[in-house]
Amino acid sequence: MANITIDGQTHEVEAGDNLLKICLSLGLDLPYFCWHPALGSVGACRQCAVVQYRDESDTHGRLVMACMTPVTDGLRVSLEAPEAREFRASVIEFLMTNHPHDCPVCEEGGECHLQDMTVMTGHTFRRYSGLKRTHRNQYLGPFINHEMNRCIACYRCVRLYRDYSGGRDLDVFASRNKVYFGRFEDGVLESEFSGNLVEVCPTGVFTDRTFSAHYVRKWDLQHAPSVCVHCGVGCNTSPGERYGTLRRIVNRYNGEVNGYFLCDRGRFGYGFVNSERRIREPMLRGEPVSGETALTHLQGLLGGHTIGIGSPRASLEANFALRELVGAEHFYAGLAQGEASLAAAILEVLRHWPVHVPSLSEVEQADAVLALGEDVANTAPRLALALRQSVRNRAFERADRLKIPRWQDAAVREAAQDDKSPLFVATPSATRLDDIAEAIYRGTPEAIARLGFAIARRIDTNAPAVSDLPPEDALLAERIGDSLAAAARPLIVSGIACGSLATVRAAANIALALSNRREGGAIDLCYVAPECNTLGLAMMDGRSVQEAFAAAKTRDVNTVIILENDLYRRADGGAVDSFFNGTRHVVVVDHIRHGTAAKAQLLLPGSTFAETEGTLVSFEGRAQRFYSVMPGSGEIRDSWRWLADAGAKRWANVDALTAACAAAFPEFGPIRHAAPPAGFRIEGEKIPRQPHRYSGRTAMNAHRDVHEPKPPDDPDSALAFSMEGASVEVPPALLPFVWAPRWNSNQQAVNKFQDEVGGALRGGDPGVRLLESPEMPEPRWFDEVPSCLRDETRWRAIPLYHVFGSEELSVLSPPLAERLSAAYAALHPEDAEKLGVAEFLAVRLNERLIRLPLRLEPSLPRGAVGLSAGLPGLLRTDFPAWIAIETGRGEP
Amino acid sequence: MDKPLTQNIKPDLSAVTLDDYRRTGGYEGWAKALKDMAPMDVIEAVKDAGLRGRGGAGFPTGVKWSLVPQGESAGQKYVVVNADEMEPGTFKDRLLMEADPHQLIEGVAIAAYAVQADTAYIFLRGEYHLSARRLEQALAEARSAGYLGKNILGSGFDLEIHLHTSAGRYICGEETALLNSLEGKRAIPRAKPPYPQTSGLWGRPTVVNNVETLCNVPHIIRNGVDWYRGLGRGEDAGTKLFGVSGRVKKPGLWELPMGTPVRVLIEECAGGMRDGYTLRGFLPGGGSTDFLLPEHLDLPMDFGAMMKAGSRLGTGTMVVLDDRTCPVRMVLNLERFFAQESCGWCTPCRDGLPWVVELLEGLVAGRGRPEDLDLLEQLARLMGPGNTFCALAPGAAAPLQSALKYFRPDFERYLKPASSARVA
Repeated sequence: MANITIDGQTHEVEAGDNLLKICLSLGLDLPYFCWHPALGSVGACRQCAVVQYRDESDTHGRLVMACMTPVTDGLRVSLEAPEAREFRASVIEFLMTNHPHDCPVCEEGGECHLQDMTVMTGHTFRRYSGLKRTHRNQYLGPFINHEMNRCIACYRCVRLYRDYSGGRDLDVFASRNKVYFGRFEDGVLESEFSGNLVEVCPTGVFTDRTFSAHYVRKWDLQHAPSVCVHCGVGCNTSPGERYGTLRRIVNRYNGEVNGYFLCDRGRFGYGFVNSERRIREPMLRGEPVSGETALTHLQGLLGGHTIGIGSPRASLEANFALRELVGAEHFYAGLAQGEASLAAAILEVLRHWPVHVPSLSEVEQADAVLALGEDVANTAPRLALALRQSVRNRAFERADRLKIPRWQDAAVREAAQDDKSPLFVATPSATRLDDIAEAIYRGTPEAIARLGFAIARRIDTNAPAVSDLPPEDALLAERIGDSLAAAARPLIVSGIACGSLATVRAAANIALALSNRREGGAIDLCYVAPECNTLGLAMMDGRSVQEAFAAAKTRDVNTVIILENDLYRRADGGAVDSFFNGTRHVVVVDHIRHGTAAKAQLLLPGSTFAETEGTLVSFEGRAQRFYSVMPGSGEIRDSWRWLADAGAKRWANVDALTAACAAAFPEFGPIRHAAPPAGFRIEGEKIPRQPHRYSGRTAMNAHRDVHEPKPPDDPDSALAFSMEGASVEVPPALLPFVWAPRWNSNQQAVNKFQDEVGGALRGGDPGVRLLESPEMPEPRWFDEVPSCLRDETRWRAIPLYHVFGSEELSVLSPPLAERLSAAYAALHPEDAEKLGVAEFLAVRLNERLIRLPLRLEPSLPRGAVGLSAGLPGLLRTDFPAWIAIETGRGEP
Repeated sequence: MDKPLTQNIKPDLSAVTLDDYRRTGGYEGWAKALKDMAPMDVIEAVKDAGLRGRGGAGFPTGVKWSLVPQGESAGQKYVVVNADEMEPGTFKDRLLMEADPHQLIEGVAIAAYAVQADTAYIFLRGEYHLSARRLEQALAEARSAGYLGKNILGSGFDLEIHLHTSAGRYICGEETALLNSLEGKRAIPRAKPPYPQTSGLWGRPTVVNNVETLCNVPHIIRNGVDWYRGLGRGEDAGTKLFGVSGRVKKPGLWELPMGTPVRVLIEECAGGMRDGYTLRGFLPGGGSTDFLLPEHLDLPMDFGAMMKAGSRLGTGTMVVLDDRTCPVRMVLNLERFFAQESCGWCTPCRDGLPWVVELLEGLVAGRGRPEDLDLLEQLARLMGPGNTFCALAPGAAAPLQSALKYFRPDFERYLKPASSARVA
């Protein structure tokens, strides 16, 4: 600790940190631009100048930049000294010599860090009378606008895009006051983290192009605390709504999960909420009916044998309501067979093995990582971004030895050069983590699993042995095993999307082997779950869609109720069709029309994440509550309410349902504490979803009724669809948006909600961990090491994932759809040559012949066919392991 | 032997060959260091000799070397020669490299031995084509003579020196921007600390020295500390190349003892002002030093005296202002250069210098406002040392603020409407 004096006040603070962060953490308003809690200090903008004094007798002092000043005991500084204030105002004045006065038409206006800092420094009068420099803007793709004239050259964009996120195609060009931040030519930004530019840019150079299409000011958006539904990571988001449409998504800080950043799928995939494909009214045999008629009809269908199929993209509560409606024995989780068996295996490990699922902030602490089988960059992008930070730990160690503070970003990177903590990537084909990998392994899932088993064996000779391992694989296994064993905080990453039970088990064996070397200590192990509630649903019930089909064959089903699930994504189309043909009544509750909805006799308009409350369980086992951003319009109801209203069980509100769910599954006990209950009040008031500057309240409905309508009730949360209420000391799980006096920009205002800037939210980061203290009987090694025999007659099918395309809902967002390709098959070029195929490939999936465009992928193992997973034209993610290629039928 | 740096230089300025160089004791210092001295002895000698950096900042060279970590664990280290001579008015390193390249190579070699670096780079201004050719030639000669390479002179010490020609930015003269450029990155300065001695080229311990600084080293090693200290006339040791440009009778470059009075340089060496011109002031050490006046003519050219007078010794190559040149336009010319050469990294330099240029252009075009002079003064102050990321903007502010101090009436004259285009 250090005692420091700031403007005559003494503070006891952490020694060694930079003064800017300390000042902000103390709640002081010190302007800055180039610094960012996640990006560290570089000292470029000179905005955070303060006066530093040698000692008590020094009255003159000298200007220093707070972001570059390490805090030491006895430090004396002034933020208020006239020379410091003058200099800070002058920095703004310098920036303003070129910055356009286009705030009224700039989309950053109202949440602009530059506006905030300009007001804060008190620069008000323009003395520069010369011309401003101008730039040509670029087309950067469907997500990001580019308006370079607004640039203040803080360099945060390139530091985020290149240094932090590993992007290559955005850079800084030219010099002096002509510095240009963009691509070398117009074109779509390649990185799947480009959307963070919107928030990290302190002004309006990079703005959200999807938001532009239906832009409103930040203060006119109604927000709610939400959780991303586009993968299993569970990033916290803050979606904004106006006039009944979802307008955009911005990051909601959670120090343990996503921190300051989202991936582009999560940020720009919201368009499905506003989609033409929304189900907006109940449909009975294709005809619209009223909600009451639909409900009565549904109740009438429940007499005979009724089964329910849940969904990994629906909340625990909605799934539980369905389970209660049809009875536990008739409830199927709605996972595909492969997913379900992998999820069950994963849960067994997480529940009973000496492992710890790290949060993303813990992932960043790992000093040796093995990604086994899973293409994390495509299936859980935000996790991949955390892995990218983990490889910096060796750089930090070197910086420590050289006495370079870890926050001095450029110096740390310079000292470390390309020296990285080890990350080993073993996947069937190339990934976007390969560029930082110490070693890369390519093979079939079986070969990857065998490598994994061999690694475990290398670490602990009690682990099952792998026979006939190729010598080069054996050497690699030794290298990886030794590296993991030597690490202080090793991490194993695998997942469901790899589709290989053996791989999942091999990952567990490695963790167990490492644990045995540390006398049973828990080892960090991540299993990526593909959807936002896959893990939660698996914890509830593991039975798959295919098991439902099998059960339907033994006993006639009168009614099947399908919750938020398109079965054509989970099973072979023929099997789904024959299931529907054998079922008398098909009821679908969902918000989006899809193949399954088209088969429904009764179709009920359910809620998207933006119109309902519920709990999702991330891959981490973190249960997080999301809240409706807006009330469901018209006949749209919470999915769980349709199900609750149809049955005898009437839960008063979602809290009652959550409590019932928690009571039914002891493991879910903590979910009741994931967020404060609906009855929570601050000084007797609810928390407003709308900022206090929300405009148009009395006017926006005036064309219908000149009387101001009463805001809609919200019995399910402590939030109000209103601008009135209590907005101070809001518990983090209930924060709809972040705003603080003088701090209007999302990334910066959050400083005011943390005790230590960049640390946990005041009151604790949201979410409760469910798999926290596993019981640990003696785990037994998984010992079914797969063989690696090549099958000369069949081909190993390998699902290939795409951050833009493999996920069901985000592809309905038009800007994201621009990034999609159609379904395809991929072969190693030599295999393609051997088969004599070039442009198309015909594969037999079950009994059906599918002809797909062919891509040549040199990173694929020989004897494997890569199949795009979830892309339009080939929706299934659950392929049979082995398939046949029909030669001579591929080419047109 | 009172002019060690230029003793070999031929009247026709052709390159001194290896044989010529050896004839006057060349590479004896190198051999002596390798045979008779431990690396620490070399560092101590350079420290004791009082050699200070000749690039402008005057940092004690031996102290700089002693900050490099020694021993097995230190790993790869580098010596980098700052030969990116781009300071306006400065052409001293060019003479040394073109006319006596072996002297530099020997200096680099001894420095590399002192800090135990096996690789050195000469970062050469791109426009110095002749220097490049002659250095390449000399390096080849030194290699074949066994002064560079593996196991040099049987000592077990290895050294390779590489020549790198710059793509041409003034900022590359800033040692950390130079290192970035040498690594193939954008030429922007780095934050200090960490200093290059800790984390320099490719993150490894590195010494960066100016050409002239290193040229002193062989003589110190060969002739000893006492001899070297005795060369100086004032408080600083050794000799230095001093230059005078501007409207003097004989602009040029001379090797003289440190502490030689300004008057000797201008009036004796340069032969005084050209007929019809009188001296109004001078920038003592290149474009980024403050103006001094005729009243400062008797000051010695050493680091302390120049500092005390409100300027800097800089590169020791002065630019003379005469009475028929407008100081405002001279400053404008300089500021255009500095604004052009700003790397764009920090705000006051990137956006402040173009503003200074805009104001000065407005002034000389007759668009000046009375408050502009105060604004220029304020801008010069805001770009002062410590306020910006590196020394470029403070250097640019130096001639501006001193011109405003000493030649304010010249600025004010432009404010009077009718006389805007005319100079006294």
